[in-house]
Amino acid sequence: MLIKIKYFGLLTEVTNCQEETIDFSGNIISELLELLFVKYPNLKNKEFQVAQNQELVPVEAKLLSNEIVLLPPFSGG
Amino acid sequence: MSDKKSKNVFIKGAISSEFIGNSIAKHQTKTSIGAHNIFLGQVRADLVNNKTVSAIEYTAYEDMANAKFHEIREAAFEKFELTCMHIYHSLGTVNVGEICLFVFVSSPHRKTVFDALEFIVEEIKANVPVFGKEIFEDNSHQWKVNN
Repeated sequence: MLIKIKYFGLLTEVTNCQEETIDFSGNIISELLELLFVKYPNLKNKEFQVAQNQELVPVEAKLLSNEIVLLPPFSGG
Repeated sequence: MSDKKSKNVFIKGAISSEFIGNSIAKHQTKTSIGAHNIFLGQVRADLVNNKTVSAIEYTAYEDMANAKFHEIREAAFEKFELTCMHIYHSLGTVNVGEICLFVFVSSPHRKTVFDALEFIVEEIKANVPVFGKEIFEDNSHQWKVNN
């Protein structure tokens, strides 16, 4: 399944992109993250949360969407 | 007469004092209001390792941010007896001394707006996916972290 992954803030400097599409055959978000950690070793050291369907989800959550968003700590206002 | 519909929260660049003044003026026709309270977030010229912040460049995961702003609105109307509320947040570059967040609440009575404003601002800081990149005078940068 093709999954679109979006990155924000500091994370865009680790991945050098704002979004990308990855072919992924698993069904748990943490498995997808493992793939990303191989591609971007520095991502592992960064603090971030994962959003799916515009809600934060734990990394153990099932992949229910074909779009996953990685969000660094919020700093609005 | 409540004003609960979803609004466009994001504004490109700084929020001007004219915009803020006009927002206040527009409420003169809402005569059940007895108290307004306003929070203005201003970009601070922090000194970090001998470099001074000159601007913050804001980006957001806009879909989720708008959903979160909507949830915060709903929660605030549920929790407090508000006549209306408005939230505006900047996207893009805001220079030091300029306004990047404008929260405006109105109610018949003062105690309500004191409590409601604090609730809303804290919810925004904690739950809305907005990201600030602090730009220094030498054009280097660091990513802002909220305390």
